[in-house]
Amino acid sequence: MTHVSETAEYAETASPGEGDAAPAATGSKASRTPSPWRSRLYRWDIKASPYVFVAPFFLFFGAFGLFPLLYTGWASLHRLELTNLDDSTWLGLDNYTNLLRSEYFWNALGNTFTIGVISTVPQLAIALGIAHLLNYKLRGSTLWRVAMLAPYATSVASASLVFTLLFAWDGGMVNWLIGSVGFDPVNWRESSWGSQFAVSSIVIWRWTGYNALIYLAAMQAVPHDLYESAALDGASRWQQFRHVTIPMLRPTILFTVVVSTIGATQLFGEPLLFGGTAGSKGGADHQFQTLGLYLYDQGWINGHLGRASAVAWLMLVILLLIAAVNMLIARRLRKDR
Amino acid sequence: MRSSTFRRSRRSRRFVACAATAALATSLLAACSSDDEGGSAGDGKITLNVGTFGVLGLKQAGLYDEYEKSHPNITIKENVIERNDAYYPKLLTQLQSGAGVNDVAAVEVSNITEVVQTQGAKFEDLGKAKGVDKSTYLDWKWDQATTEDGKTIGLGVDIGPTALCYRKDLFEKAGLPTDREKLAKEWEGDWDKYVALGKKYMDKAPKGTKFVDSASSVYNAVFAGATERYYDKGGKEIYEDSQGRKNAWDAAMKVAQGDMSAKLKQFDPTWDQGFANAKFATVACPAWMAGYIQEKGGAEGKGQWDMAKAPTDGNWGGTFLGVPSAGKHKKEATELAVWLTRPEQLAKVFAKQASFPSTPSAYDTLKPSAATKAYFSDAPITEIFADIAKNTPSAVYGIKDAQIGQSITDIGVLQVEQQGKSPEEGWDAAQKEIKDVLGQ
Repeated sequence: MTHVSETAEYAETASPGEGDAAPAATGSKASRTPSPWRSRLYRWDIKASPYVFVAPFFLFFGAFGLFPLLYTGWASLHRLELTNLDDSTWLGLDNYTNLLRSEYFWNALGNTFTIGVISTVPQLAIALGIAHLLNYKLRGSTLWRVAMLAPYATSVASASLVFTLLFAWDGGMVNWLIGSVGFDPVNWRESSWGSQFAVSSIVIWRWTGYNALIYLAAMQAVPHDLYESAALDGASRWQQFRHVTIPMLRPTILFTVVVSTIGATQLFGEPLLFGGTAGSKGGADHQFQTLGLYLYDQGWINGHLGRASAVAWLMLVILLLIAAVNMLIARRLRKDR
Repeated sequence: MRSSTFRRSRRSRRFVACAATAALATSLLAACSSDDEGGSAGDGKITLNVGTFGVLGLKQAGLYDEYEKSHPNITIKENVIERNDAYYPKLLTQLQSGAGVNDVAAVEVSNITEVVQTQGAKFEDLGKAKGVDKSTYLDWKWDQATTEDGKTIGLGVDIGPTALCYRKDLFEKAGLPTDREKLAKEWEGDWDKYVALGKKYMDKAPKGTKFVDSASSVYNAVFAGATERYYDKGGKEIYEDSQGRKNAWDAAMKVAQGDMSAKLKQFDPTWDQGFANAKFATVACPAWMAGYIQEKGGAEGKGQWDMAKAPTDGNWGGTFLGVPSAGKHKKEATELAVWLTRPEQLAKVFAKQASFPSTPSAYDTLKPSAATKAYFSDAPITEIFADIAKNTPSAVYGIKDAQIGQSITDIGVLQVEQQGKSPEEGWDAAQKEIKDVLGQ
């Protein structure tokens, strides 16, 4: 219990409003406090403590976020090989122009986009539907909700391994299933759409529950009387979902879209492990090589760190573009309302 | 009054918390920079880290335990990464940064030239280490790990004399001879004969089985015997016109287009299952593969597998042990590396894992374990491998051998085998990939 009250106190003193009020409070107390240095210490404490508390984050961000970012930028302008990091030659923008001329880069960009779309769209749609169902009164609702999170808690490695076996072209369960309906087996890993679909299915499986829980939390914040009045007006469940739930969830949906898009752009583990040995190639024809895989292949398999850094920076630019587009859409939506 | 004491105590508590946070932050940062102490625990005890990939067999053969017993102050820890393509970049980064290096590090033969040429300065010279006798190692193996100025950065562990392993039961059902001598005679000297036998097998193949696991396996096995590889002696890439490469490619194409392969990708989980479910009748069998087959084939494969000499003799794979100069216990690490690669130790690894020693003086004493012998139908494993090892042509390895090989098998061969493309398309794709790998 004391812990709780303590954190509450910190929150109180650390809040910005308190900072302004503090000098007045200590001032009134000054007559009662015997030594003035104490009050100075107290004032200093109140001003400085918040910075000390947030400092670890910024120190770590500086060491593990900012420095690598800048170093990568520097590396992307040089010829830098994994076999000799002490030796670098200035290349200017050559790495970038080479990349923009490389068909593997465009292929990876295209794959990232298509895999992103076919994994994110169904994933969010399904999540929304599941959240809607979970929002009803259910027996054992906690159990269902926890179960939703189980795939998310599974490691990428084990999930991908299982899916690789499911999608094995010979003796895999998926081919066995479609075979029993009378279709020809598909070589999931080596066909172009098949492999992208298989990779997407791993992503969908892992992240749907996570998004569903976010939607569910947002749904529970929707005032119940909205539904009641909608029901009184004769709206069906589906109409309630469309005209009450979705509009109220708009900011949440936007949030999940942004997060999923970032995730999709950085997609790495699933296709790498799905590819098995030499997974960084993304299949014999690079058919599911995403930007993340391409970066890894360039940097760590081929040893061209400069080039890999250029890929990383181009990915950053792409993400910034996506963020800008998202912002525009968000502003549009807000105006519409 | 009560409230004021409360306030003061709260204040001092906050001060403590604040100081603690600062202390924590600094100690965390300090922890990043000063992990050098990890190895020695103060009482003279030393932990030696051995970095390996896959199954090297040193641990399995009980060598670490044995060494620890005779050196009470030393504890050996093996850090294994399953696949070399994940292990090797990590090794390079460790060597570059000098941080987190293993005291003893394994290097795969397809990477050894790059390590010798670019990382030579970052390894200890084991050629001059105490107790190392150059004459016990195969000359070519020794030379592979020696820099131009005569510094030997790695001692040979195993080599990969390549035979062919085949399933007797499947051969019998397909109406083929099952005697290893007869088979070796039948395809001796020419991989086309092996492919021709594959055609015969496919005519009467037991349901659900193929002649070989993958076209890449055939590529690697044929290429293992090549005198001309991806580079010439001067270090120039010649993969486009190299005769060895061409022969291997042609054989792989015949297998892929003749629908003789089970289309599995080596070292994938489905390939492992292929062993367990007897999906294919033959697999190229470097010595280190014998242990793998035993492990993945399980009890059901026992006595069904047999081993014969391949059409040509060659070497596929093999490992070296080096001692990075950035290691904390170079002296002890060197002693360990030397001890581990002594003929008598490597003979123990062969007994357990069938990995073949790079020290010919051990060949006379080699005995596979009873289990291994039984697994491969009492084939004279030692004689077969030793015979191949003696006849393996010396080959020139290049700086990007591993990556070029991977581009050919995982892009070129796979496109033909699994995506149904023509050999020309496959080769074009492989070539393009190699250019990308080489940064051209």
